[in-house]
Amino acid sequence: MFAATSLNRRSYRNQAVAKAVFGLMTVALVIPVLVILGALIVRGGPAISWEFLFTPPVNGMTEGGILPALIGTIWLVVVALIASVPIGIAAALYLSEYAPDNFLTRTINLAIINLAGVPSIVHALFGVGAFVLFFRFGTSILAASLTLAVMTLPVVIVATRESLQAVPQAFREACWNMGATRWQTIRKVVLPNSVSGILTGVILEVSRAAGETAPIMFTGAAAYLMFLPQSVFDQTMAMSLHLYVIATQQPSVPEEIPYGVALVLISIVLLMNAISIAFRVYLRGLKKW
Amino acid sequence: MVEANGAGAGPRYGERPVVEVRDLAISYGGKPALKDVSLDIYRHEIFGIIGPANSGKTSFLRALNRMNDFNAGMKVRGSVEINGKDVNAWQNVYALRSRIGVVFPLPVGLPLSIYENVAFSPRLRGIRRKAELDEVVERCLTRAALWDEVKDRLDSLGSLLSGGQQQRLTIARALSQEPELLLLDEFSIAVDPVTTMRIEDVLKELRAELTIVLVTNLVQQARRLADRTAFFLTGEVVEIGDTEEMFEGKVKDERTTGYIEGRFG
Repeated sequence: MFAATSLNRRSYRNQAVAKAVFGLMTVALVIPVLVILGALIVRGGPAISWEFLFTPPVNGMTEGGILPALIGTIWLVVVALIASVPIGIAAALYLSEYAPDNFLTRTINLAIINLAGVPSIVHALFGVGAFVLFFRFGTSILAASLTLAVMTLPVVIVATRESLQAVPQAFREACWNMGATRWQTIRKVVLPNSVSGILTGVILEVSRAAGETAPIMFTGAAAYLMFLPQSVFDQTMAMSLHLYVIATQQPSVPEEIPYGVALVLISIVLLMNAISIAFRVYLRGLKKW
Repeated sequence: MVEANGAGAGPRYGERPVVEVRDLAISYGGKPALKDVSLDIYRHEIFGIIGPANSGKTSFLRALNRMNDFNAGMKVRGSVEINGKDVNAWQNVYALRSRIGVVFPLPVGLPLSIYENVAFSPRLRGIRRKAELDEVVERCLTRAALWDEVKDRLDSLGSLLSGGQQQRLTIARALSQEPELLLLDEFSIAVDPVTTMRIEDVLKELRAELTIVLVTNLVQQARRLADRTAFFLTGEVVEIGDTEEMFEGKVKDERTTGYIEGRFG
């Protein structure tokens, strides 16, 4: 009766092989991440100190800290968020909750996906043409941030739209059947249940914007400045560009400084991602259906 | 058991019908689901609709409160008038829907607290006072035979109740709309028999206040509740008649008898 057939045995063996192959691929994926992190910590770790974080670079950036770059990156990211988050969420709400499923909507969706695939140097050139020259913002935080905003909009839109669409359609129909308008339904049922996904998208955008170099190097970031930015119309230093400059343009920089800068930058990004993951886990605990 | 036509004021057959359907045809992506249905539903009537799967019962219900707006593939022809006004003439479809309660076979507990599920519609109507909301919530949950089970945990999530409880929550929510018309689509599928009987008793009482369209796959449920019953088959109305007469065998079409007696379906 309960004897395994040869087909049973073959299925069992195939399943074991599949599991092993997928597992190995996952390990292969994790290794480079660990190597990068390990190298940065070993080589850059000695450079990290309060002084490193909170003093400006001196002596042609061969000594001192990274304060202006750190502050500049915060400026750039915050202004980019202010510009792109409201637009991104509004666009995603429209596409997911209001737009009819027709040719135009599908075209817009396709365009958003394509926008995500445009190389960042192309965004940089667009930023120069549009924000620096046409709108006459000059090379400034504003121009650089808007360039970053355009580049990261698809991240926000796609993340928001996906988390909106994860809310079951039955909830919407139940609300509509009680006479709720689309907006009442969104406000009371759809948005409260998609906040976690939307925030994840925003945090992903932060890590993307903080790490980009090309879009800001022609639009508002400078290799070296004596002063901290006072307004969005000033130029600024930035972590990513600072790393690029001291790693490639300045031969006499001691080795631990660029590694230290990279370590701080990647720590910011990983910290943001960790917050996003923690937030997701927390909200999943509150899962409502 | 057979006292469906006894309780309450009874249907107003002399007056203008609440729902007047003329030549209603519905198709999904070119595939017809309902073919030229015309019928009237009168105030304070429980109108039963029976028929096997794919007979167009649910599509018929969906057309009554313009749920076809949600589904681009669903095409509706013909006219549906409620209280003498064509449903497509309502510019503000939300006002129309707020007067029609709907219950579907699969329960939908909104991801809100039990209290907020039932207070949703009253809040849409602009009721803000806590005491008034409390009263509506208790009355509707009691009528839906759920109050005793949830009165101590009104703050817990409606979407985490069991299937049968969620269905009663859905019914309570429909009642909280204080609807003029209540559309029930196989409401008892997810509900146990004892609770079903309790809800059926409530529906009999409600007939004094509103009009009910009851789609059911349980022919005996139609017999227990409906004043008149329509038999739908493959998108057509085979027969409409007084429920009791229909079940006693006074039918025009023998397919009706066949379905009622369980010879096909």
